[in-house]
Amino acid sequence: MSTTVDTAMESPTASRGIFNRFIRRNGWTLGLLGILALLLVATKIIQPNYGPAGIQGLAISVLPLALAAVAQTCAVLARGIDLSIGSMMALTSVVAAVLMDERSEGFAMLVVFGVMLLGLVLGAINGSLVVFTRVPDIVVTLAMLFVWAGCALLVLSTPGGGSAEWLGQLTRGPLLSDWVPKAAVLLIVVVGVIWVPIRRSRLGLSLYAVGSDPVAAFRSGVSVTWTKIFSYMLAGLFSAMAGLTLTATTGIGTPVPGPYTLLSVAAVVLGGVSLAGGRGGVFGPVIAVVILSLIRTDMTFLNVDTNLATVAQGLILVGVVMVGSLIQLRRER
Amino acid sequence: MSLAETPAKSRPRWTTASGIRALFRERPIVPLVGLLAILVVVSEVIRPGIVSPNWAGVMVRAAIPLAILAACQTMTMLTAGIDLSVGAVASMSGFLVATLVADTGLPLAILIALVAAALVGLVNGVGSGVFRVHPLIMTLAMSLVVLGLANVWQLIRVQTGSGVPSAFRTLGANMVFGFLPLSLVLFIPLAILVMFLLNRTGFGRLLYAIGDNPVASRLSGTKSWQVLIVLYVISAILAGIAGFLYSGLTNVASVTLADSALLPSVAAAVIGGTSILGGRGGYSGTMIGALILAVISSILSSLGYPEAIRQILFGAMIVFVAAAYTRITSD
Repeated sequence: MSTTVDTAMESPTASRGIFNRFIRRNGWTLGLLGILALLLVATKIIQPNYGPAGIQGLAISVLPLALAAVAQTCAVLARGIDLSIGSMMALTSVVAAVLMDERSEGFAMLVVFGVMLLGLVLGAINGSLVVFTRVPDIVVTLAMLFVWAGCALLVLSTPGGGSAEWLGQLTRGPLLSDWVPKAAVLLIVVVGVIWVPIRRSRLGLSLYAVGSDPVAAFRSGVSVTWTKIFSYMLAGLFSAMAGLTLTATTGIGTPVPGPYTLLSVAAVVLGGVSLAGGRGGVFGPVIAVVILSLIRTDMTFLNVDTNLATVAQGLILVGVVMVGSLIQLRRER
Repeated sequence: MSLAETPAKSRPRWTTASGIRALFRERPIVPLVGLLAILVVVSEVIRPGIVSPNWAGVMVRAAIPLAILAACQTMTMLTAGIDLSVGAVASMSGFLVATLVADTGLPLAILIALVAAALVGLVNGVGSGVFRVHPLIMTLAMSLVVLGLANVWQLIRVQTGSGVPSAFRTLGANMVFGFLPLSLVLFIPLAILVMFLLNRTGFGRLLYAIGDNPVASRLSGTKSWQVLIVLYVISAILAGIAGFLYSGLTNVASVTLADSALLPSVAAAVIGGTSILGGRGGYSGTMIGALILAVISSILSSLGYPEAIRQILFGAMIVFVAAAYTRITSD
């Protein structure tokens, strides 16, 4: 509140006020970026020939989980949680793989849009069930996890299908410079094109409003029902894209959900999004996913057992969240 | 006003709509047993002659380990928490005993496994009680840690080999007189203990108080961090015991054995009428909930449907039961 008054009253220091506010609002994300930079330096020290190839591999392996984390962010921001993201990814991935198998490249374009539409529909079903049954989000999406996983098995009982050549090319290799992997560009473009306009629109504002206080949002004329459904539709859309990238990078569809749901929750929390809703953004979780993946890579370079990497991921998650809530507790006192 | 209400009150309570609601709210066990009875009838209709004492025994035997894991969820959900580490802890304890029993003997192996489980619970409790980390995150992270450590342990012990001790196989899988599962010997005292804890002790009342209104319970002097630490330690020890039964029932010792039981354990507690938002519910409903899930999956497998359809129906039924329950009990 005081900063807005400052910026309005004293125009000479306005730019500094905006700068300070930017730092305060994005402190968590900037901190994550700092950790990421340190980790990259550490990786270079551990493995002196870590270069463009390593970065490209990292970007490709991070892509599905990063999109899953964005999907989870959309649900969590509106004070929900979506435990069915992994299953929706499996379902959309096998649908894409079955439809694209041995078809023309042009038809695959149609399939990509169709699958994204499917993601929206799956999300709409999740959201409607949450809103209209009034059962807690976690229970509904837990049950839908089984439903979507079953549907994925119906579509394809064993891994199979195929992927269009251009879709795979979209994620592999560098763009312009060797240091800029296509997968990273794709991620930034996709998230930027969908998330940024929404964030700046009325819908984005109501998303945050419902997340921070549903009753206050309702009293100020925001439709809590539709905002909730919309947040789940966004989660479904990003899950569908994560499923598409799974098909694109592996060339097949796998009906068994990967560990994406739980890791997406972890990434969201590490990314500075409050599980109570209404606070955070999509870029923090994406950076958190890269950090988690880079730590795993570093541990492989150091010849540490990969199982210990799982332990490290869990400990980092706990450690970061503990520090975060300690800061919160301090502030409240 | 009171005169006008008297005739309505003199009628049997359950004949009015609000009376039925009150019945569901106060005695959730009644409609749940009704649902269970319907499911048993459905089983009999689908496969005439299937319902027998032996069949009932198989159902109960399948439900018992799930009901123990669901006890963890019931107690943590009463405080508005959840314990997502029960699957990993149960798998770990079963696996630890199977790999240690040859060297140390059964009692010591069980002790080591339960101490390991209790340590996980202690970390969970300290994290969610003292540091106020959301239990969902805390237990989720601990399940990653436990799984990773169990995998490391598996690599260390790979030469010695492993085997589920025969005592566990007897306890987990055997039936007395052909219809009484032997695991009841373990389960009945455990169930009585859990219900006693929840209904008859100060500890149980504190769980309800913390879940119902954390601020009010803090203002009235509850040290919630102490309660939560004890709660999560109990929950982890129960999960460890469930792990013994799982390894005995399936005669498998693997580090992911009970993982698939994690989500059904949450479902059993929810179907049993425990609110995930805290403060409402109990263990009697949860036990019926676990039994309902066991019967549902038996019906689905006796229909001969493929795994895919079974999963879809399983999920749909959880949503349906939870929705019906919420609709009936909310005003």
